[in-house]
This record gives sequence, C-alpha cells and structure tokens, in this order.
Amino acid sequence: MFLARPSALLRPSRPLTAVASRAFASTTDKTVPLPPKGADGNYTVTMIPGDGIGPEISQSVQKIFTAAKVPIKWESVDVTPVLKDGKTAIPDEALHSVNRNKVALKGPLATPIGKGHVSLNLTLRRTFNLFANVRPCRSIVGYDTPYEDVNTVLIRENTEGEYSGIEHEVIDGVVQSIKLITKEASERCARYAFEYARAQGRDHVTAVHKANIMKMSDGLFLSVCQDVAKEFPDIKFSDVLLDRACLHIVQDPSKYGDRVMVMPNLYGDILSDMCAGLIGGLGLTPSGNIGKSASIFESVHGTAPDIAGQDKANPTALLLSSVMMLRHMNLDAQAKSIESAVLQTIAEGQVLTGDLGGKSTCSAFTNEIIKNL
Amino acid sequence: MLSPATRLLSRSVPSTAQRLSSIRTITSISAASQGSPFIGNKMGGKHTATLIPGDGIGQETAESVKAVFKAISAPVEWEQFDVTGYTTSDDALFRQSLESLKRNKVGLKGILYTPVSRLGHPSYNVTIRKELDLYASLVLCRNLEGYPTRHTNVDFAIIRENTEGEYSGLEHQSFPGVVESLKVVTRTKSERIARFAFDFAVRNGRKKVTCVHKANIMKLGDGLFLNTCRDVAKEYTSSGIEFNDMIVDNCSMQLVSKPQQFDVMVMPNLYGNIVSNVGAALVGGPGIIPGCNLGREYAIFEPGCRHVGSDIQGHNSANPTAMLLSGAMLLRHLGLEEHAGLVASAVYKTISSGRVRTPDMGGNNTTTDFTVAVINNL
Repeated sequence: MFLARPSALLRPSRPLTAVASRAFASTTDKTVPLPPKGADGNYTVTMIPGDGIGPEISQSVQKIFTAAKVPIKWESVDVTPVLKDGKTAIPDEALHSVNRNKVALKGPLATPIGKGHVSLNLTLRRTFNLFANVRPCRSIVGYDTPYEDVNTVLIRENTEGEYSGIEHEVIDGVVQSIKLITKEASERCARYAFEYARAQGRDHVTAVHKANIMKMSDGLFLSVCQDVAKEFPDIKFSDVLLDRACLHIVQDPSKYGDRVMVMPNLYGDILSDMCAGLIGGLGLTPSGNIGKSASIFESVHGTAPDIAGQDKANPTALLLSSVMMLRHMNLDAQAKSIESAVLQTIAEGQVLTGDLGGKSTCSAFTNEIIKNL
Repeated sequence: MLSPATRLLSRSVPSTAQRLSSIRTITSISAASQGSPFIGNKMGGKHTATLIPGDGIGQETAESVKAVFKAISAPVEWEQFDVTGYTTSDDALFRQSLESLKRNKVGLKGILYTPVSRLGHPSYNVTIRKELDLYASLVLCRNLEGYPTRHTNVDFAIIRENTEGEYSGLEHQSFPGVVESLKVVTRTKSERIARFAFDFAVRNGRKKVTCVHKANIMKLGDGLFLNTCRDVAKEYTSSGIEFNDMIVDNCSMQLVSKPQQFDVMVMPNLYGNIVSNVGAALVGGPGIIPGCNLGREYAIFEPGCRHVGSDIQGHNSANPTAMLLSGAMLLRHLGLEEHAGLVASAVYKTISSGRVRTPDMGGNNTTTDFTVAVINNL
C-alpha cells in the first residue's frame, strides 16, 4: 500500500465539533507539541520582537495580552544570526527558548545582506522543522478593497519544493534548479491540512497543483493528498490546477471560502500573498508556521524601516497571528476576545493607523483595542 | 539598440487603428513578430493556415472564427486538424498537425487537454511550443470598453518564456517517494525573451518592462534570468524604457491591488502561467484574453489563458472573444491589416454595446448569438 504506516500512528478520527466562525484557528491536534503550563498556571511563550517596527508592534501585543489577562508569560529573545561553522544559525539562547516553550510569536526580521547569510526565516524553518505554513485571509470590515467576502485558508508545504536550495550551474549560462518533492513532507503537510480543516469546521480540502505538466513531482504531491484524504471521510477532497485556482480566486474569492487549500511551497508563497492582496495587504494577515518541535506565529510583512520607532506601525498582522497562536494553544476564549476587539476597532474606524487610512499612533490604536476588549 | 529583425516591425499603423484605440491590442502583434516575415504559404492570393480547434470549447469558438472570417472574405484557407488530448490514439493526427504547422508556419489553435495522470501523454500544447521553438508567449490584459470590472485602466502585456524553466519535463524519482524536477534556466533563452520584451515595449510605445522572478530564493536559476534581463535593459537605456524587477509573490499581490502599475512584464514559464490567469481575472476572464506564441520561424495564435473549458463544452455558451481576437492577431501577422482591424473592431463593438453577452460576462446569449452579433457589426 502506498501510504502504509504503523497503525499506532493512525489517529482515530474526531467528530466535527469546531464552530465555523473560528477564524484564524489552528488545529488542536496533538501531533504538534503544545507548550507546558508553568507552576503559576501561566504558559511561557517565546517572543521574537524582530527588527524595524517589530519592537513596537510586539509591545502592542504584550500590552493587549496583559489587559486581556491572557495566562501567558513572555520570554523575549534576540535572533540576530550568528555564524556557526560557517553557516547561518540563530543564537543558542533563542534556540533553547523556542525548544522549551514550543510556541513563539515573531515580528518581522531583516535578512542581513551579504554573502554566507541564508535568510533568517529559512533558518528558523529548518531549525524547528516548520513543515506547514498556514495563511488565512479574511476580508476586514472597515477596510474596503475591490474584493468582498474573502475568507480563504491556505496551507503551504514549507520545507522543500522549489525552495530546496539545490541549484547548480551545469556550464556557463545553463542553470538547473531542483524542485524536490518527497512523500514524507507532502504527507505530513497534507495530513495537517485535513486536521486543520476539521478543527476549523471547514469540510473541504483542495489540493492546488500543476501535475499536468510536472507529472512526477506535483503528481506525487497530489497522489499523497488523495491517499491522506481517505483517512478523513468526513472531509471532501478535490484538486485544482494552479492556473485555474488563480483565475477563480481573483474572479470570485468567495468560491474558496468554504475550504482549505493545500499546495507545494512556491505555489503557496505566490497564492498566499495574492490572497493577502485581495484583503488589503500583508499588514492585515496572520501567519502560522507549524513544526514538529515547535510552532512559530508571525506577521509576514516587512520591517518598514522608514517608520520604525515613530509609533506609526500597524500591529494588526501580529495581533491576528497572536490570536492564531492562542487558538493553537487552545486558549479560545482569550483568542475570541482579542480578535473581536481588533476587528471592532478597525470596523469602527475612529482610531486607525496611517496605513489603514487613519491618523492615530500605534499606541492609540492599541489603547482603543484594549478599550474594546 | 534595436535588433535588425525588429526594424521591419515599425511599419506604419493603419488608419483604422489610429481611430480606434481598441485596436491597440491587435497592433501589438506587428511588434511581436520578431524575426523574418514568415508569412507562410500563400497560393492564388490565399494564405494557408493550420487550424487546431482543440478540446473543450475549441470546436465552438473555432466555428465562430471561421464564420467571421468567411463574412469578411478573409483570404485564409484553413487546414483543420481535430486533434484531441483525451486519447493517445490521436498521436498520428497530432504529428500530422505538427507537420502542417511546419509547412504553413502560421496557425490558430484552441487548447488541448492534458491528462494529470503520470501515465498520460505529455502536454501536446507544450510539445508544439517546444517542437517549433515558440519561445515567446504574449498575452494582453486590458480592460474592455463597456465591460467594467473591479479594476479600471488595466493594460499590460505578459511576455513569458515558453520553452524551458519549470516546463522542462525533466523529472525523476531518485528513491521511492523522492522526486526531483528540474527547472532549467539558460542565458541564451533568457536573453532572447528579454530582448523580445524590450523590442515589444519599444515598438508599442510602452514605458516600462518589469521582470518577475524569485531570485531571492532561486539565486542561481532565477538569478540568471534576472541578471540577463538587467544586462539587456542596459542596451535599451537610450530608448527610455524603464526597467524594474519584482519578486513573484509580491507581484501577485500588487496585481490584485494595484494592477495599473504594470506595463510590459517578462518572466520565466511558470510565473507566466500564474500571472496571465490573474491578469485575465482582473479584466473579465479567460474568454476575452487573446494570445500568441512566437518563435523565429513560426507563429501560433491561441487564447491567452490556455483553458480547455471542458465544463462548458458543447453548451454553445463559450465566449469566442479570445479566439476571435487571436484570429485577428493572426490576420495582422499575415499582413492582412484591414481584415484584422475589421474583426477586432467588430468584436469590441459587440462587447461595448453590451446587448449580446455570453454567460461568462453575465449574459444569457449563446456562442452563436455572439458570433452573429459580431458579423452584424462588421
């Protein structure tokens, strides 16, 4: 059998209990480690404030968490890369912190320019085996774009594919880049997608691929998804060609509002940013990286060095990521309270940061959210 | 500096095109035809062109083109091949159609179905492009008058490398469950597509060329593509064409939020597949986007979005606009500018009047209704 696995690994299927309104939810499945509760009843979570506007928006999250009485203690670490044996690595302190706490919240990071440095995000992905990237995009009331009813969820394989980093120049002017697809990585990503769909109350998983052209590589990804689908009889499975998916999402995003999309690395990269574009950009979308040893939730926007330190940044993306993180930790009540306060603040439109069309500072926006808790 | 091959493209634009701004879509093709003027077989004042209607909505839309061409007595004789990608028993017929294309040098084509199965045959569409070395795919995305969409003032050209990249077809399983797929990027092919893009921009009065890539991750592969584009851009500084580059994920985000910033876009194969579909969705769907595939010797015209449309096959509800405009591009390519202008303006007039619309544009009319309307508007 293609996907024969030891039966001990087969989890019993759980009934569909989640509520559909649980947006930005993460799965509660125990395959992904959750943080231990401390003696004082608090969870410890690693905070990686990041660069540029990172410290400001992290502070905003921390203030709101304190006000919402979330049982979380922060452990702030610095991930400025160091070179270990000539390779980019994150400092031991940060490494141990994330490994201990199993969950981290991360602001934007600037990748140092220069030879020898691999992107820090890539380093984190490899270090903690972050195999799936979850990217929900939902229309934000109060921030109008040409698109309505966007409510997409996209899960991207995060470790291989076109981003394998295996490239070579055969002769001068001829380069081969290898897209690597393995059954193992495809399977764990596909399985996570189904689990996530179930936890979120979405009853449909769609694999996005280009297996008509890349018959073996995308073909493998697709056939693994088809096999995993058999383990989830309560979830509908379909597949769609990459080009059709792009066309349909941009024509009518609401068509994809009932499902979870799962796809290889590059397609996920492109489509997740495209979906973000539909609702107003990366400043409004959360992201979660689910890993075998830890999970890292992050805002995927840039470091915005031009407005850093001026109290102008919009913390929404990091806040919504922290909401995803709380759901991942099964702290649903706190997640709901913070999420609705954020969305209410934007919907009211009284106190908004510059990028949302307002004139308020990051602190004022934060205080307004606290008021709305 | 302009390559000598493109100099012949600077022929004057016909007066019909000057009157109707909408004709711009069609004038573009004159600039696209790089290389020698390969106008194919012309006998007794008639050109012979290969017609492969393709699967899905191909037959219906091809009928529409034939009807309109007949109505204007276009001097084009079709050599039709009803190839299908649904079976492999058509392989011989497919070979014949390829021979015909080689003979005629010019063809109009719908999209052939490609099976997803690993045991299925490789894409006929890709085979044609590779066999005839149709290295440049040109797709034009532009708002149509009388058909408003979410975005206005969208007008960009997508130029896509058509023969290598992710579509190399080189894949192997090094170990059960471990597959490697090769993306091949070469300087030669990157350079010729970059030149094509700049020549196109110069000839069509475009202002900017944007290279779409993922060189931050694929440092060697996409890096080579980007650097080649940069080198070519330097040769065109005197022409005043602006050059910039954009990472493909950011590009897809910009496309759905600020599509007006794009003018001419040049990119490797796979990204072109994504961008052309996003672009189509911005201006009204795959039914209205014409396209062509050009090489040094051959030119094949086909709908720009390359969808089979099997879901609406045989319903007589397909929008023939993409195929008709591709046909108009073919006419222009053959030097039949008057005929091309007639077809294009009749199609635009039909759309802007808004009386006859196929379901994809929100109407209830059939393919036949639309074709009749176009003929009435000739």
